[in-house]
Amino acid sequence: MTTDYIAEMLERIPDKLLPLDAWHRARGGRMVSFAGYQMPVQYEGVMAEHLWTRENAGLFDVSHMGQVLLTGEDVDGALESVVPGEIAKLPVNRMRYSLLLNDEGGILDDLMVTRRTSDLYLVVNGACKYDDLAYMRETFADEVVITLLDERALFALQGPKAAEALSSLIPEVASLYFMQAGAFTFEGMSLWISRSGYTGEDGFEISLDCDHAAAFADRLCAIDSVRPIGLGARDSLRLEAGLPLYGHDLDEETSPIEGDLGFAISKRRRAEGGFAGAERVLGELTGGAPRKRVGLTVEGRQPVRKGAELFVGDRLVGKVTSGGFAPSIGAPIAMGMVSAANAAIGTALEAEVRGKRIAVTVAAMPFVPHRYHRPKAA
Amino acid sequence: MSRYFTEEHEWVEVEGDIATVGITEYAQSQLGDVVFVDVPSEGKQFDKGDEAAVVESVKAASDVYSPVSGTIVEGNDVLADEPALVNTDPEGDGWFFKLELTDASELDGLMDEGAYKKYVAGL
Repeated sequence: MTTDYIAEMLERIPDKLLPLDAWHRARGGRMVSFAGYQMPVQYEGVMAEHLWTRENAGLFDVSHMGQVLLTGEDVDGALESVVPGEIAKLPVNRMRYSLLLNDEGGILDDLMVTRRTSDLYLVVNGACKYDDLAYMRETFADEVVITLLDERALFALQGPKAAEALSSLIPEVASLYFMQAGAFTFEGMSLWISRSGYTGEDGFEISLDCDHAAAFADRLCAIDSVRPIGLGARDSLRLEAGLPLYGHDLDEETSPIEGDLGFAISKRRRAEGGFAGAERVLGELTGGAPRKRVGLTVEGRQPVRKGAELFVGDRLVGKVTSGGFAPSIGAPIAMGMVSAANAAIGTALEAEVRGKRIAVTVAAMPFVPHRYHRPKAA
Repeated sequence: MSRYFTEEHEWVEVEGDIATVGITEYAQSQLGDVVFVDVPSEGKQFDKGDEAAVVESVKAASDVYSPVSGTIVEGNDVLADEPALVNTDPEGDGWFFKLELTDASELDGLMDEGAYKKYVAGL
């Protein structure tokens, strides 16, 4: 059997449908293929949905993402063997952004890890979930039980009015701060809700039974400030927030340091190592990495998109990894992976788009300030 | 004056030997919010089917092909500052370029409005 044959067979596997497929279509969602699912890319339009989320509250269906439970013996030790974050001391109902690493220190996926009373709850990328499961099964001891929660839907409710909207249904969620989570009930539904998201705005992610998903989405969308938002705006919102997208800005070749995600390597893990790829990652932490993920502002109005090569004069110094028009800024922005010598903020580069050079400048991220709900300093 | 349409969702309005080219209402609805348009400058020559302009929406970049052969007499420079005209008035003020026809018989291969409507309905 040739790989071409396998690729061809894979292409014939039809997209899966989200639990809310009919719900999206009924609301005018334009469905596209993404991560093996039919997903709504937009409803009324990317620009309007993006701006709505920045000013009100947007409801995103992210049920394609993998929700995974780790239970059994020494799950902390098992997970710490493949991620560089502090898991052992993660308190109950707290969550942390982390990275699944291979033995070479390359990023296999980025994920959220939440400590719950009797398990670790992971949310991983939809396009990576089956590979992640296989990797963990292969790496972890048999005493660790890995369960994919494929009967659970996942929503994100994001924006400055998200807290007001969700707490009108479930008042107790108001007590959560950014990166905290808990179990809640609403009209007989069991919900797992965290204060987190992928837009840079305050907001929540809500895990619930697929059977309840449409009813809950209807209750949220009945609130004046809440509208359904598609994948298109999800991408432009996260780009403005400076958040990397796995498969674009991060991949198996990219280390956490190259990805500018050094914050995800906790203090104890820096000292102790003991995770896949630690040699490379800790070496780069002290000695620097050859490349770095950076933000780019773009001169003019033409968007610079993924794949565009970045130059200093004739010298190729990197590549754009995502890019597009930023509705909240009114100009194109991008992220790129560039050589360390050209990664300083303010460095002038040129992107080649259709044979034309466009001036770009390495810029600080986020492009739009984060507005997370954190405890006020006393 | 008559208007023709292509399977690539361009319209061509012909007056004498000058053709005005834009994209259709259906095309703009598929593209979504247009944020950038690059139109050709005066004097450029295109064969039928050549990439003549670029239109970028929030989502993606798309080529606009010259539906007929000819020489550009004017690009719509207003689109540089107001790309959203392609969304609000695609078959009017949101035109892309005007060219002088090289071979008027090429128009015979294009659709009229009725045929184009049927074509879109079948997509």
